Amino acid sequence: MAFLKNGDVISGAVLAALGVYIVMQSRAWDYYTLDGPGPAFFPFWYGVAMVALSLLLIVNSARNSNGSSATIDWRAMGRALGTWLAFAVSVALMQFAGFLISFALFTFFIVAVIFRRPLAMAGVVAVASALAFHLIFPVALSVSLPTGPFGF
Amino acid sequence: MDIASGLLHGFAVALQPSNVFWCFVGCLLGTVVGIMPGLGPAATIALLLPLTFKMDPAGGIIMLAGIYYGAKYGGSTTSILLNIPGESSSVVTCIDGYQMARKGRAGAALGIAAIASFIAGSVGVIGLTLIAPPVAAFALSFSSPEYFALMCLGLALVVLLSGTSLIKGLLALLLGLWLTSIGTDLFTAQARFIFGQATLLGGIDFMVVAIGVFAIGEVMGSIEAGEEARMLPVPRGIRNLLPNWEELRACRFAFLNGSVTGFLVGCLPGGGATISSFIAYGIEKAVSKHPEQFGKGAPEGVAAPEGANNADTGGALVPLLTLGIPSGGSTAIMLSALVLWGVKPGPLMMTESPDVFWGLVASMYIGNVVLLILNLPLVPLFAQILRLPLYVLFPVIFGISIVGAYGASGRIFDLGLLVGFGLLGYAMSKLKYPSAPLILGFVLGDAMERALRQSLMMSQGDLSALVRRPISAIMLALAVVILLIPLFGWFNRLRVRAVTENG
Repeated sequence: MAFLKNGDVISGAVLAALGVYIVMQSRAWDYYTLDGPGPAFFPFWYGVAMVALSLLLIVNSARNSNGSSATIDWRAMGRALGTWLAFAVSVALMQFAGFLISFALFTFFIVAVIFRRPLAMAGVVAVASALAFHLIFPVALSVSLPTGPFGF
Repeated sequence: MDIASGLLHGFAVALQPSNVFWCFVGCLLGTVVGIMPGLGPAATIALLLPLTFKMDPAGGIIMLAGIYYGAKYGGSTTSILLNIPGESSSVVTCIDGYQMARKGRAGAALGIAAIASFIAGSVGVIGLTLIAPPVAAFALSFSSPEYFALMCLGLALVVLLSGTSLIKGLLALLLGLWLTSIGTDLFTAQARFIFGQATLLGGIDFMVVAIGVFAIGEVMGSIEAGEEARMLPVPRGIRNLLPNWEELRACRFAFLNGSVTGFLVGCLPGGGATISSFIAYGIEKAVSKHPEQFGKGAPEGVAAPEGANNADTGGALVPLLTLGIPSGGSTAIMLSALVLWGVKPGPLMMTESPDVFWGLVASMYIGNVVLLILNLPLVPLFAQILRLPLYVLFPVIFGISIVGAYGASGRIFDLGLLVGFGLLGYAMSKLKYPSAPLILGFVLGDAMERALRQSLMMSQGDLSALVRRPISAIMLALAVVILLIPLFGWFNRLRVRAVTENG
């Protein structure tokens, strides 16, 4: 069952499920009204197309699978996904702590953990970049950013 | 307004001090972005779009266009000095540009790239000036069926040329169509795919999708790659950046080839600068008297692709401004910007918004001169940007992404979506799904659905109305042919080779 580890098979299955969801949802709306095509008309057809193409992708991929999977650099991918996770956490934190603090923490993480730079350097980059953003956007350009309990 | 008076009007707009300033800012930012690997023009335009909301539309589009073509000028610098393309359209410049630099001709290579960019960029703008008015006049006869067919044709071309797998291109397009369906149906006010979230009734903000897929996705890819390259020394002084007479003589056909190829390919939706640069390089090598020199530092191998890369800009703006059909990610974002400012790109744009249309066209003549000045004497200065540590650059890009996504709506919810679309962009790039069809599907989806439903309303549900009108019939037939020809093995091998070489 090596083909189940194949990215094309997994993404094809996810997209096929999305296509089924689109078709099922569109069945709840008018397909055709007295005025012409209803809100279900367009989604129904691209949903059907999505299911068909996803299944075609899965079949093609399973047929061409020779059992050997491409080498994945998990360490490198971990760096990217670690960055993304830190970004997600900082965004979640933003509504409570505001942009300045969340962004400084995020930058600290990137510099210290992802790029493995000294903690002191990470601290300087984090504070300097967060302050620069605060001074440029909310202060100088009046562009609003999420604020925390301290008003920034 | 005829072409001459339109262009004069455009220069009156573009030469206003504020617009000259925005043109300069756009060119400068574009050059900087072009030099920095890891951030493309589409991502930059998306990131800076919120800052232009308060600007006058003419100034705003002049600046965004400056970023668009400025990035193409700057993209050659890293190709030549680092053997790393700043943009995908500069991939082919690495082949001979880096070899020239290794032989101690880095200055000449940078000079040839700048001169080719200037000549071809100017030819592209002249092409845009002359071709856009007749195309717009022709498109005045278009009705809903023609627009639907035109969008099908444009999207089919984008899918054909944007990735090795046609199926994945189509799936990315369908994903874009679904994302744009989220919200309230404009015809019946039916809420669609909102997952019980009232915040989604207004739909998903285009910028959240564009910034997430392009900027966050690209940065995650760069963090994963995590490689730092060693830069070859940049010669100082304008004299050391000018190619010698022999090199210029060798490039004379390449300048013309790049200009014509770039403009013509640029006019095709999905064509894009990457493909045009490869085609121009291929033509140059094929007609060369010494093809064996290509890959070893032939000056023509720099001039042809760099010329095509820049002439493409003028071509890409023809379908955008006259038909409202973007040809790629960057122009899709520019289309959204125009719509946000209340300007409707299409056949009537020249008469309804002459300041924006002709102002933009005229500003590109000025922008090309600005870029030549910026890119010849100031290249050593710009090259210092490459010394900026990535651990400083990447958090800054994340920060600007947050500003861009939050600034438009002021909702934390949109930042949550940004996180999701960032992961989607990264996953798409890992799984080799092209992002351009998704963005174009998202941008054109609403208009495409509207055109289809209006066509069927006009014909009382008769689908044959779409093929009864000759123009729409031809365009739909072409779209079908485009999607079917990859079934022929020899064509698909050719297509896959072209797309794979695009990197």
